[in-house]
Amino acid sequence: MTSVFALFLTAAALLVTTAVYSLIITRNLMRILLSLEIITKAVSLMMICVGYVTDQMAAAQSYAITIIIIEVMLLVVSVGIVFGVYRQNGHLNTDDLNNLKG
Amino acid sequence: MNEAWLIVMLAALVISAALVVMMRDLLKACIGLALVSGILAVVMYMLGAHLAAVFELSVCAGLITVIFVSTISMTKVLTKQEAEERERKRRKRFRYLPIALLLVLALCLSVLLPFLNGPLTRLLPVLDPESAGKEMIWNLRQTDLLAQICIVLVGVYGVLIFFKKEGAEK
Amino acid sequence: MPILFLGIPLLAVVVLNLYTWIDRRSAFFAALIASLCQLVLAAYAVVRCFTTGEAMTSTFFGTVTVDLISAVVLFMIAMICCVTLLVAEELVKSHRFTFGGTMLLLMMGMNGIVMVRDLFSLYAFIEVTGASSFLLIAINRKRDELEGAFKYFLMSALATAMMLGGLTFLFLLVGDTSFEAVASYLQTRGGEHPTLVTAALVLYTSAIAIKSGAVPFHSWVPDAHSSAPSPVSVVLAGIVIKVSGVYSMIRLYRDVFGFDPRLGQVMLILGLASVIIGALGALGQNDLKRMLAFSSVSQIGYIVLGASTGSAIGFVGAMMHFFNHATFKSLLFVDAAAILHETHTRNMDEMGGLAERMPITGVTSVIGLLSMAGIPPLSGFWSKLLIVIALWQISPWVALAALVSSVLTLTYFLVLQKKVFYGKLNEKLAHVTECRGRLRFVELTLAAVNVLAGLVFPVLLMLLRGNGML
Repeated sequence: MTSVFALFLTAAALLVTTAVYSLIITRNLMRILLSLEIITKAVSLMMICVGYVTDQMAAAQSYAITIIIIEVMLLVVSVGIVFGVYRQNGHLNTDDLNNLKG
Repeated sequence: MNEAWLIVMLAALVISAALVVMMRDLLKACIGLALVSGILAVVMYMLGAHLAAVFELSVCAGLITVIFVSTISMTKVLTKQEAEERERKRRKRFRYLPIALLLVLALCLSVLLPFLNGPLTRLLPVLDPESAGKEMIWNLRQTDLLAQICIVLVGVYGVLIFFKKEGAEK
Repeated sequence: MPILFLGIPLLAVVVLNLYTWIDRRSAFFAALIASLCQLVLAAYAVVRCFTTGEAMTSTFFGTVTVDLISAVVLFMIAMICCVTLLVAEELVKSHRFTFGGTMLLLMMGMNGIVMVRDLFSLYAFIEVTGASSFLLIAINRKRDELEGAFKYFLMSALATAMMLGGLTFLFLLVGDTSFEAVASYLQTRGGEHPTLVTAALVLYTSAIAIKSGAVPFHSWVPDAHSSAPSPVSVVLAGIVIKVSGVYSMIRLYRDVFGFDPRLGQVMLILGLASVIIGALGALGQNDLKRMLAFSSVSQIGYIVLGASTGSAIGFVGAMMHFFNHATFKSLLFVDAAAILHETHTRNMDEMGGLAERMPITGVTSVIGLLSMAGIPPLSGFWSKLLIVIALWQISPWVALAALVSSVLTLTYFLVLQKKVFYGKLNEKLAHVTECRGRLRFVELTLAAVNVLAGLVFPVLLMLLRGNGML
């Protein structure tokens, strides 16, 4: 039973590594959102696995569903922000997001 | 449940996520994200979280892809040549990703596994997932429901604020 | 009764959506009425919790609880939201429909954080608060606002992902996420899986440090707070970072994880770094709002320091500083809003001599800044005194460092006063007049609260001492 948890923890750690790597090197706002999505995927994977391991699948499912809904709504808001940035700058590069410094 | 299949699915999940991150074309990357969601939904189904799997498949693989694709199609500005030039440089920067992944994998397998061999116990009684799922959401997690209502309203206001036409509200 | 704190804003949002097509001004009034209702209800809750000493719980639609700390914080939320709505005349005009609604949702999110007794619901409401503050920051869709909002979004998304990671570990161990269950597990059987518990604690601590803008993770605070529209800066600096960051920290470490000396040391380091680096950062600023935002980082550091001692005095000091910071920082941001509205610039080098043109703004900002620096009769003095006493019991050196950075606070206060209010009047600003009536009223009220709190706090301390809480 615990080995299942270790397996999922490994998978989640690999997903998070991928996402963080991409987060560090990427310069594109949409790709930043994409990486954050992958981190959320890792978290919901963990949540379901914990529900399975502890036999609390009902609670874990309700958590996972809430996470999914919150994820979508945050994505809508952040895509709105990215779209606004695009309208102001004409592109999606983060290099120009440096007005605020100091 | 077959553990070998589970391992295969998890490996597919990680590999497809890595491919999504490395994908040259942003549009294809978003469709790849839908694939990741799909695999995640299958994993959820295999573990018995049927309701969550349905949500993952319809909302994450469906709705999120739609949002991403529509935003990308609205914001495409680079010419093809520029894009290719930039992406070639991008590809180079990913050369350390497989090494990082392997390192983390080795770390997990060597460090995590021995730590997790104690028995795991819990306080709550075990519930039957099939019948308890709905009851859990509607009767026990009502505060979360309120939060969900609230965040959906926030999303609606977000659409109203960010996607209205310039100078529409004057 | 506590469910009303979630119900009223929700009802107000619904009413607002029903009636805005009849009269668009109603958005503002719906929000104002909702926050006034909350002000009255929270005052009642404070009195009731203080006299009976019991928490109020309602189980009507979800379980929410109000105890004394929650009631005080609810009162502060209502107060700052009222202030913001009164200040936000221009925003209400240009965004009649969306601004009121988003403010209500922000209020609801914060009320939720304050009242829930479940780790997962805490996460959900923190997300609600975060999402509505991104909307409010970027509501005008100007370039800097969008940039600040995106930086805040990025940090906040990482923070909540960490929080969820910690939550899964605790859920694995306990099988439940309510505060009670987790606390009783950690007390009785916390030693069984030390690695997982430590991992969860580390994840939660870093998430909360990001959310409250403590030093290694403070980069988003000045960006988001200075670029937001002025009324939104008031609510963000005044209450949002404190509720989603500091309040959840105090709640979690008091009620859930229990106090742990190692954790105390980590928080001590975080707090001390925030106090010093925030003050130094504020000294180097030319932009009025950025300076105030950096000083938020520094003052949040004091609250963290107070909570890190783990003693009753430190805790009371932290809560008092929580209250004080909400009042004087929103007062200062209201003053900044007034100055910005009159002079159309945030650059302090272009200002000067505004005291003769804007006497009320000048005097109230002096009160706010003196209170922030901890000058005796004002409210900030008492909270800083308690925090320093509590720190002295841990280590005199840290207490000394906190005192020295209080001097730094005084220094940047003097810099601000000299650049903005005294010296020669800039010719360009010859036409500047005192701000309009509503703003003046808000400034005077908040300044009065600051002075009065300074007089009431000694009495309150005696009462707490008599109650055995100190």
